[in-house]
Amino acid sequence: MSNTTKKWFSLNLGSRKENASSSSCSCGKKEGDCHSADTSPQQKDGFDQVFDVPMDRRTAFKKLTASLLIGAGAVSTSCSLVSGNESKEKAQIDWEEQFKGNYKLMSEEEKKATVERLARSYELRTGKTINLSSQGPEENVLFGYAFNISKCQGYMDCVNACVEENNQDRNSQMQYIRIHEMKDGKGFNFNEADDNYYHEVPAEGHFYMGTQCFHCDNPPCTKVCPVQATWQEEDGLVVIDYDWCVGCRYCMAACPYDGRRFNWSQPEVPEAEINKNQHYLGNRLRKKGVMEKCTFCVQRSRAGKNPACVEACPTGARIFGNLLDPNSTIRWVLENKKVFRLKEDLGTEPKFWYFMD
Amino acid sequence: MFTVFISLVKDSLQAILHGSKKYHLWMAFLTFIMLIGMYCYTIQLEHGLSVTGMTDRVSWGLYISNFTFLVGVAAAAVILVMPTYVLKDIDFKQAVLIGEGLAVAALIMCLAFVVADMGGPSVLWHMLPGIGVFNFPDSMLTWDVIALNGYLFINISIPFYILFRHYQGKDALSKVYVPGALLSVLWAVGIHLVTAFLYQGLQARPFWNNALLGPRFLASAFAAGPALIILVLALIRYSSSFRIEDKTLKKIGIVVTVAAQINLIMLVSELFKEFYAPTHHSESAYYLFFGLHGKKALLPWIWTAISMNLIATLLLTFHKLRNNFKILYFACSLLFIAIWIEKGFGLIVPGFIPGPYGKIAEYTPTGIEIGVTLGIWALGAFVFTILAKTAIKIELGQLRYKKETVSKE
Repeated sequence: MSNTTKKWFSLNLGSRKENASSSSCSCGKKEGDCHSADTSPQQKDGFDQVFDVPMDRRTAFKKLTASLLIGAGAVSTSCSLVSGNESKEKAQIDWEEQFKGNYKLMSEEEKKATVERLARSYELRTGKTINLSSQGPEENVLFGYAFNISKCQGYMDCVNACVEENNQDRNSQMQYIRIHEMKDGKGFNFNEADDNYYHEVPAEGHFYMGTQCFHCDNPPCTKVCPVQATWQEEDGLVVIDYDWCVGCRYCMAACPYDGRRFNWSQPEVPEAEINKNQHYLGNRLRKKGVMEKCTFCVQRSRAGKNPACVEACPTGARIFGNLLDPNSTIRWVLENKKVFRLKEDLGTEPKFWYFMD
Repeated sequence: MFTVFISLVKDSLQAILHGSKKYHLWMAFLTFIMLIGMYCYTIQLEHGLSVTGMTDRVSWGLYISNFTFLVGVAAAAVILVMPTYVLKDIDFKQAVLIGEGLAVAALIMCLAFVVADMGGPSVLWHMLPGIGVFNFPDSMLTWDVIALNGYLFINISIPFYILFRHYQGKDALSKVYVPGALLSVLWAVGIHLVTAFLYQGLQARPFWNNALLGPRFLASAFAAGPALIILVLALIRYSSSFRIEDKTLKKIGIVVTVAAQINLIMLVSELFKEFYAPTHHSESAYYLFFGLHGKKALLPWIWTAISMNLIATLLLTFHKLRNNFKILYFACSLLFIAIWIEKGFGLIVPGFIPGPYGKIAEYTPTGIEIGVTLGIWALGAFVFTILAKTAIKIELGQLRYKKETVSKE
């Protein structure tokens, strides 16, 4: 794959990269197809994907920045006798999306309606369908995560998988997971650790430790949000309603684990690489100026699968499961290994444990 | 009543739109700066906050720094309100209206800075109670929204009532405005404490998570705010016939002095805690004062601020020096700038450095960020000039309701 022309995620330094590029891309197409899609001038970024695609960015901006402008645009289009049915429908969707309520407080019907609107909006623009889910938490499920420090070799496959699964902005190389490279014999010395290395791993005399959102049981980030755009679900996942977030970044300042990310500019995902299996609270396409974070891959975990990072880890350092299920692997780890959590003195009660063999 | 109001609006428009050549030049200059700020803001709207120097590592910068500082300036009006209305000290009466005008301008700037810092200004209606969802009382930011807007309301309504009465040639009734003034005294302390709690309540940032933060905010605010009021009053004294006595300036000078001294004592206490027995949590302070691992972007700022602070406080402490107006003005300017640096760069930025996992990423504001910031400061100066001009004209008796033009009041 042409690494030089690719301006987005290219951290693929592990051994798997050769295999991946020789057969096919993550999008499932042949290498050539994928590449041509990358460089095509028709490439759409996240914002265009969410809203009107036929417009170029400038016109889209003019129509969409201020909500009043959107409103005016939507009203005039939907009342207009000249404009076609499709653009009327689009305007109607944009209008309803702009003024919808907080997802957390929506009734089941309203949740279904907004999910359908978003899927329909995507279909109207691209002609392709996405599978957007609003699946809620299941009873007697509480998700937990464990990380085996002795097994992690710093291959970063988890990071790659996470970026692809969750449709993260390729332009800013946003990554939910950070892998800290630490020197042997110094303990967990984050100050001297490197979380942005570009060399062959595992490096001599080093060990690796991954951090991400820990889905605290007592999360400081949700408490500070002025508009309740982020909260903890029944199954323990700390989620964000991207459409409700006002972008004040207070949650980011409150997180002691560097677990949150902000879309400083328009997120860009090449159309061909979009993961179309989406969840409203998870990997659907984001806008600029909103917070996002790891959701333990809500679109996967609520469907009974492991998060993408767990599945991608070549060493088996990552373990995920239901804490309320006595037969789960995570329970076995918690009961049989000596586990610890980071910054326990803060009282945040992370649902993320570290252990060593 | 309503006709009086209409007439007041018309008359004050007349007052605002007419003035000396200097006045017009001043307003044109401010408008120009505001237009530059608006242009910068449109760029920010189009490209998102990526045009600022902020990153995932340092997620608050110049905007929030200025916001924090200006909350203090707004709160400082109370230092004049209290003696005038409550202790019936007549010396301050002239200064109060100016002080409250300054508070209104500062609060408008605060709100503008917060809006400028938002990632999604088009969905800010989510914050309005009623149609949005307010995370009250959990989020300190919602407390801050209530506190700031309430204070803005108080500071508009009290001077408006007084000026409205004076406009009609009547005396303002003390039983109407004194309860409001008393409330504003409590409220002023409240807005600054709440703003401090915004930072103080974050266990993730040890640099802010410190019990002295709130009180130190108050001390520095009661130094910087009245220092600005002294400078503004001095300017008004020279540019209009509005009489402000020497006694008034000197009394405000004492307030500034005491506050600046207390602020220094608290600084010493903070430094002692961080450096006598340094822990892991002292790293932000180390970064701020001495630099960390070769990164030392804030050093020139903080040491400038500290030396200015020391010089100003020293000058103010000696009666002979303080009572010399030239030295007083100089010391007040020094103090104002020193506290602006200290409450801005010296407080917000090091809170994020080093990050939760010890990563040191430095922050430098971009040109666009600076442009928006200057624009908002110009907006504040513009609002204040308008308010002060109207208020002074009414107080001087140049602006009066003409009864003969309408039949009944």
